[in-house]
Amino acid sequence: MDALLQFIFSGMTVGAVYALVALGFTIIYNASDVVNFAQGEFVMLGGMITVFTYMAGVPLPLAAVLAIVATAAVGVALNKLAIEPARGAPVVSLIIITIGASILIRGAAQLIFDKQLHRFPAFSGDAPLRVMGATILPQSLWVIGGAILVFVGLWLFFTRTLTGKAVLATANNRVAAQLVGINTNWVMTLSFGLSAAIGAFAGVLVTPITLVSYDIGVGLALKGFAGAMLGGMGNPKGALVGGLLLGLLEAMTAGYLSSQYKDAVAFIVILAVLFVMPHGLFGSKSVERV
Amino acid sequence: MLTVEGLRSRYGRIEVLHGIDLQVNTGEIVTVVGANGAGKTTLLRCLSGTQPASDGRITFRGESITAVPAHRRLKRGLAQSPEGRQIFTNLSVEENLRLGAFLFKDERVDQDMAEAFAMFPILKEKRNLAAGGLSGGQQQMLAIARALMGRPSCLLLDEPSMGLAPLLVAQIFEVVTDLRGRGVTVLLVEQNAFGALKIADRGYVMETGRISMSGAAAELIADPRIREAYLGL
Ligand SMILES: Nc1ncnc2c1ncn2[C@@H]1O[C@H](COP(=O)(O)OP(=O)(O)O)[C@@H](O)[C@H]1O
Ligand SMILES: [Mg+2]
Repeated sequence: MDALLQFIFSGMTVGAVYALVALGFTIIYNASDVVNFAQGEFVMLGGMITVFTYMAGVPLPLAAVLAIVATAAVGVALNKLAIEPARGAPVVSLIIITIGASILIRGAAQLIFDKQLHRFPAFSGDAPLRVMGATILPQSLWVIGGAILVFVGLWLFFTRTLTGKAVLATANNRVAAQLVGINTNWVMTLSFGLSAAIGAFAGVLVTPITLVSYDIGVGLALKGFAGAMLGGMGNPKGALVGGLLLGLLEAMTAGYLSSQYKDAVAFIVILAVLFVMPHGLFGSKSVERV
Repeated sequence: MLTVEGLRSRYGRIEVLHGIDLQVNTGEIVTVVGANGAGKTTLLRCLSGTQPASDGRITFRGESITAVPAHRRLKRGLAQSPEGRQIFTNLSVEENLRLGAFLFKDERVDQDMAEAFAMFPILKEKRNLAAGGLSGGQQQMLAIARALMGRPSCLLLDEPSMGLAPLLVAQIFEVVTDLRGRGVTVLLVEQNAFGALKIADRGYVMETGRISMSGAAAELIADPRIREAYLGL
């Protein structure tokens, strides 16, 4: 029982990070049908920039904010320099552009920063909290809380604000969006900036636990993508649940079987779910009628 | 209100509009009729800015809008209900209407929505349903209502009667006629030449990217060439 709870805690922590990456995927996918594989690099940048500005003597909260803003700027630049000029190209080409961008960002990070593992202090110390015989790091609570906060924020944004609906409208029908006066280029820029900021936020939260180096992005992008697919691509609720489930699956497999199998088991479960529910757990088949 | 001079447009290397001249005066209903493939949709897309003009000039309310991007033309008063409706299928009927008034945040938005629901009561009934689930006729009503939410002074309508049952066609044409009373100038593109000319003040006939004839709608209906080619009379 104690062991189970322990696995749940660690699964939730990792899963919350996957959920944040998946939420980042969701926003860009919603605005453009593009799956942005540079999403993991945003997490890396959030962690790395915070580390290096903190080491340069900037207080940690300020360093974190700077990292999030700088990463959002990278996201905007990615859209302006690589995606927008290729407008009209097939979605597959745009996805390949994001893969190229992720390789470029990783290479640049390796040059600008270094190849070492880094961390900065946890926000509320490193003393584990005891809960019903299991332990959890205070930083884990920050990570889980952060994922929930971002989810609620996005949910409100998409369902309650006109700007959020403009993003959904742009995704649904770009030409019609322009006809009602929406600047669809601006919507894309907003989506990339927001998505990058969320990725960086995840990096800030998780670095004290998992540490950060220039190359953590690839794995996170794959896991976040898997989580988003599991929950249903394009659905914020799906991203949250899918990411958390994936983390839990991994933790259970690592705990009860062997950590060697955790990736394999997770992916088998995802494939099985997608086989039965091709649109993911919360994916909605878009209703269309001609 | 709207003047088009020497408008040309192309898809890739193939030119489909070879110099269109056309004028719409304030308060008029003007129709452009012509066979499938004549270039009517391309013309409207150039006017709304969703298709680039390769040459020529579009003047709206005294200002050239030829280089104004599509999303800024509605602010100037030019709205389009596009071919194929192009509603936001996975958003609700009400969200579609609210987005039609994307440029506005004042109380008049609610008022306009109430008016849209009064005009098309079925939309009110289905306000919370996904727009993609509506029937073809209901989607057409939504497309027109959404365009009106943008408070246009001029509305471009592309084949609102396409694919609709005769009773619905009559209802849609009635709505278009009523727009005049609301101070909206209309440029109506139709393959249903007879229905369109009956409600219009003036008409243009389009053939393979050119205007082949124009005049008062009543004269066009009476013209034997048109009766034979377009009205099947
Ligand atoms: N997206 C497109 N790409 C290439 N050619 C097109 C496209 N849309 C229309 N065309 C061509 O342009 C011509 C005019 O089409 P269109 O403007 O749709 O005519 P209409 O609305 O009068 O039926 C046709 O020959 C059509 O095949
Ligand atoms: Mg057409």
